[in-house]
Amino acid sequence: MRQTIVRNVAGLPTFGYGAHSGPWWGAMGFMALEGMGFAIAIGAYLYLYAVNPNWPIGAAPPDLWPGTAETIIYLLSIIPNEMTNRVAHRQDLAKVRVGLIAMSVIGVGLLVLRGFEFAHLNTRWDNSAYGSIVWLVLGLHTTHLATDVGDTIVLTVLMFTRHAKPRRFSDVTDNVFYWNFVVLAWLPLYVLLDWVPRL
Amino acid sequence: MPIRMRTALVPFATLPLAACAGRQSTLDPQGLQSAQILNTLFIFLSVAAVVWIAVVIMLCAGLLRRKRAFDQPLALHQPFERTTGRVIFVLGVATLAIVLGLSIVSYAGQRTVFAKNEHALTLKIISHQWWWEIRYENDSPDKSFVTANEIRIPAGQPVKVELESADVIHSFWVPSLTGKMDLITGQKNELQFTAKNAGIYRGQCAEFCGLQHAHMAFAVLALPADEFGRWRDHENQSANSPTDQLGRQGEQLFRAKGCALCHTIRGTLAGGQLGPDLTHVGARTTVAAGTLPLTPATLGAWIADPQHIKPGNYMPKMPLQSDELIAILHYLEQLK
Amino acid sequence: MTVRADERELRDDALNGLELSARLDRIWRTPSGLLGALMSVDHKVVGRRYIATAFAFLLLGGILAILMRIQLAGPEQTFLSADKYNQIFTMHGSTMMFLFAVPVMEAFAVYLVPLMVGTRNIAFPRLNAFSYWMFLFGGCFLWISFALNVGPDVGWFAYVPLSSLQYTPTKRPDVWAQMITFTEVAALAVSVEIVVTVFKLRAPGMTLDRIPLFVWAMLVTSFLVMFAMPSIMVASTSLILDRLVNTRFYDSSSGGHPLLWQHLFWFFGHPEVYIIFIPGTGMVSAILATFARRPVIGYPVIILSLIATGFLSFGLWVHHMFVTGLPQLGAGLFTASSMLIAVPSGLQIFCWLATLWDGRPVYRTPLLFVIGFIVIFVLGGLSGVMVASVPIDTQVHDTYFVVAHFHYVLIGGAVFPLVGAVYYWFPKITGRMLSERLGRWNFWLAFVGFNVAFFPMHILGLIGMPRRVYTYTADMDWAHLNLLSSGGAAIFALSFAVLLVNVMINLRSGELAGDNPWDASTLEWATSSPPPPQNFDRIPVVKHRDPLWLDSASLPVVAGLSVERRELLLTSLAEAEPQTREASPEPSIWPLLTAIATTVFFIGSIFTPWAVLWGTPPMAVTLIGWFWPGGSKEDEE
Repeated sequence: MRQTIVRNVAGLPTFGYGAHSGPWWGAMGFMALEGMGFAIAIGAYLYLYAVNPNWPIGAAPPDLWPGTAETIIYLLSIIPNEMTNRVAHRQDLAKVRVGLIAMSVIGVGLLVLRGFEFAHLNTRWDNSAYGSIVWLVLGLHTTHLATDVGDTIVLTVLMFTRHAKPRRFSDVTDNVFYWNFVVLAWLPLYVLLDWVPRL
Repeated sequence: MPIRMRTALVPFATLPLAACAGRQSTLDPQGLQSAQILNTLFIFLSVAAVVWIAVVIMLCAGLLRRKRAFDQPLALHQPFERTTGRVIFVLGVATLAIVLGLSIVSYAGQRTVFAKNEHALTLKIISHQWWWEIRYENDSPDKSFVTANEIRIPAGQPVKVELESADVIHSFWVPSLTGKMDLITGQKNELQFTAKNAGIYRGQCAEFCGLQHAHMAFAVLALPADEFGRWRDHENQSANSPTDQLGRQGEQLFRAKGCALCHTIRGTLAGGQLGPDLTHVGARTTVAAGTLPLTPATLGAWIADPQHIKPGNYMPKMPLQSDELIAILHYLEQLK
Repeated sequence: MTVRADERELRDDALNGLELSARLDRIWRTPSGLLGALMSVDHKVVGRRYIATAFAFLLLGGILAILMRIQLAGPEQTFLSADKYNQIFTMHGSTMMFLFAVPVMEAFAVYLVPLMVGTRNIAFPRLNAFSYWMFLFGGCFLWISFALNVGPDVGWFAYVPLSSLQYTPTKRPDVWAQMITFTEVAALAVSVEIVVTVFKLRAPGMTLDRIPLFVWAMLVTSFLVMFAMPSIMVASTSLILDRLVNTRFYDSSSGGHPLLWQHLFWFFGHPEVYIIFIPGTGMVSAILATFARRPVIGYPVIILSLIATGFLSFGLWVHHMFVTGLPQLGAGLFTASSMLIAVPSGLQIFCWLATLWDGRPVYRTPLLFVIGFIVIFVLGGLSGVMVASVPIDTQVHDTYFVVAHFHYVLIGGAVFPLVGAVYYWFPKITGRMLSERLGRWNFWLAFVGFNVAFFPMHILGLIGMPRRVYTYTADMDWAHLNLLSSGGAAIFALSFAVLLVNVMINLRSGELAGDNPWDASTLEWATSSPPPPQNFDRIPVVKHRDPLWLDSASLPVVAGLSVERRELLLTSLAEAEPQTREASPEPSIWPLLTAIATTVFFIGSIFTPWAVLWGTPPMAVTLIGWFWPGGSKEDEE
């Protein structure tokens, strides 16, 4: 077919932020399906809660402190996360490095705290259906937490190498975006795991 | 329309009548519930047939009609497009109306089928891989008894079955009497039905339940009320004592060869709980949950090698000499 | 820094004709050799592999169907043992659903969507390659297990407690559950790719109301996958945990419940049907427009129907559970919601009928399959309305009536359009035409064979024959209809043999197709057949829903993309206004290595929970290798 050039796009940027970037939409897609995974797990929890007259089954509710401490840290982590986002948009490499290190440290700290939370669930996965679903829900979130922390650490290292090109700043903002999802997903799970058994 | 279709389907409906194992067909309703379901089914079937024929006619007419000549795919005729849009809208609304109408018909049928009668005769059915335990329970324990794979009920009276499973999920289905209901581990379900006439109605497990799902049938024998009463009184009694030497030998072998570890024969020392109760096994119509009609030959073959007839079932092949087999068989046949 | 690089870079506005093609070809081409083939990230290469693999699984699943029909052709046959039969029907269902129907639709989308929206590659092409390897390994895992007599035997639905360790103390259900995980990972990945491709990679000017209907159908399907499949992931994970580490999700003695499984399974399982059917409708719309020689009537109606079908499909799962003892009113409401889906389906049918009414049909093989589709699918839809009624369902549930129903829906609704689609797009994919004569044989054998095989099953179900029985006794009087059905199945199988022969013969020696053999209207026909590695020398600009019918001689295009590195044009979501020129990844071996590491992890975890520990580091390493910039122009931009 004969081609007629009707427009020239040479002036467009070679990467974009947010809705102008492909990976951002990819992250959106994965968050949507992972969010659905959380919703299904919550649904399964509530189903078992509904069919069992006693809840929690044969166990005390989880100790409150690890989950509560995590929730506070998650909420506070939004501040350095957002700061990282802003310096990435400004393409300020030095500050992005600081922000990423901070987020990596916070992430590792949360993973350690998560270990304590498992230890203070006051039930094992094989005690009852209650124990199973609690471990499943917490495990599902921990997978997301661990993946994101791993991703943040790799990105941090990357930003200290010669690969720290402008386009990576878009990756940093996507990482920030995903962290917000990890935080957001945690909040209903905190209520579900720590407070529903106390109803 | 329903009447005529029913006539058209008679050849299919009569097929199961020829079967000696009893009727097992949705199209051959012998219960109040199955008759109601068949009525609902015919209403749906009529609507479906009309819609399908209409669609095929529209399709053929559209393909065969004389075509206006146009050369360019995008040269569309606007008035036609508008009219077509309206027609599609109207057909959509018609579809919605049909669907809502059928929902109401369906719900009305559902209400009738699942209507409860407080005075129904109550039985408990516990499903096992791959047989049925039938418990006739009564407030006084001496009138409660257990049987297997054969349900006798009074014709014309409402019956309620309470459904539980001892292992995996099964489904209780006697199509000539009513629709099915699952027996679910850890859950109690129930189902009510009324056989309009005396007769034998075959049922079969309808939920895949493992290796021998195909051989998990049972029979519902609807008896005239007085006959049912007599049967119940008889069934409630302990097993007949063997009347001859061979039978006594069989009774002894039944215990000695391990049969009694799994099977109960009330009134004897045999009290196993794993397999079907055999107190009145000689009076039943089938062997191995409807796998074979009960005759001395089939029962003997079954005892000799159950794994040949129903591979993988939980009754092991016991090493029996042929005279031992004959004695046990003779004993069981007397348990009428 | 970026700006200077741009100035040095050669763009497609500075080149023309053959030189432009040659340069683009060089940078977009899949590297040669075996290693190159394993590294490919070209959506066409991956798409072809995906299609071929899915059809290979169709062949295998079809052979199983024939084995079952031989066994059931008469009463009390001993051709197959109960154990083999149970494995075979489980394998048949699992293969057809998870290894054929869903993947083949996604495979066509992987191949066609980037071409139809006018871009050079799918979004996240490495993820796409990874998805294919996961699908391939998952499928091979299932079939090798079957060959080793460890094929799952608890049904494609694996109801607990039958599938629990207590009642099936073999590895068979674990194989099933983990195969699910493989294929779900693959399907979810493709869905995200399709969504982003449709959202961001459309040619400039392809506004939402100019997107081809097939692409719309795949977009809706992708969303269905994204929202339905997490449910089966949770289900299969919890099942395998119950079996491996003693969790109690489904153990009714410890607070678990078998019906939780059914809810999770069918919350996925019902949308699954539409995940298979909606792409079929997209194929129908595409074929119909071309062979009725006019645009499909009711473009917005069809899109709204697709979206409505998508939403409704999440509200009917309970109709698979009508006989589990649910509250009566609730069940009644699910009857209504289930039947409601007849409205959007009906609207689509009416649009297609109107299109044929007004059009001037050209009776080539693809159109024959579409006509066959309408006749068969409508019947299946109507028996679906019957099955949705609680009282009727209590009789026909788990009988051959239901087997007949869903084969009418799935074969009629998806496989007929799919075979039509093979005839329709084969010229584009291979550059050669399939034989029209064999095509007609193919269609008539399929149409007659299908109906002879499956129509009698309606009656069998009504006269009492349950599903999933490996045999039946002679006194049940089911023998004649079963024999008839088996005969039909043989004819139906023959039709696929004809298809196979047609493809084999014409793959190399068929008549050359040219760019647009059917005079179709969408963008995939604006490039050569088969398309070059870069798909289009310049990205088209879309000014009409049927761009090639608007102007078949010249194509408006944009210029200004790099010819030195892989670059795609990203456009805005609604208006498809150009936004950025984003790099597209180079070929890479890492997706394959990641898939291998993931496979080791998945299969290992069937045998020991410690696989979660030792299986994770290799996955992490391969993932880092995947995403770590390799120093190419694409990475360093």
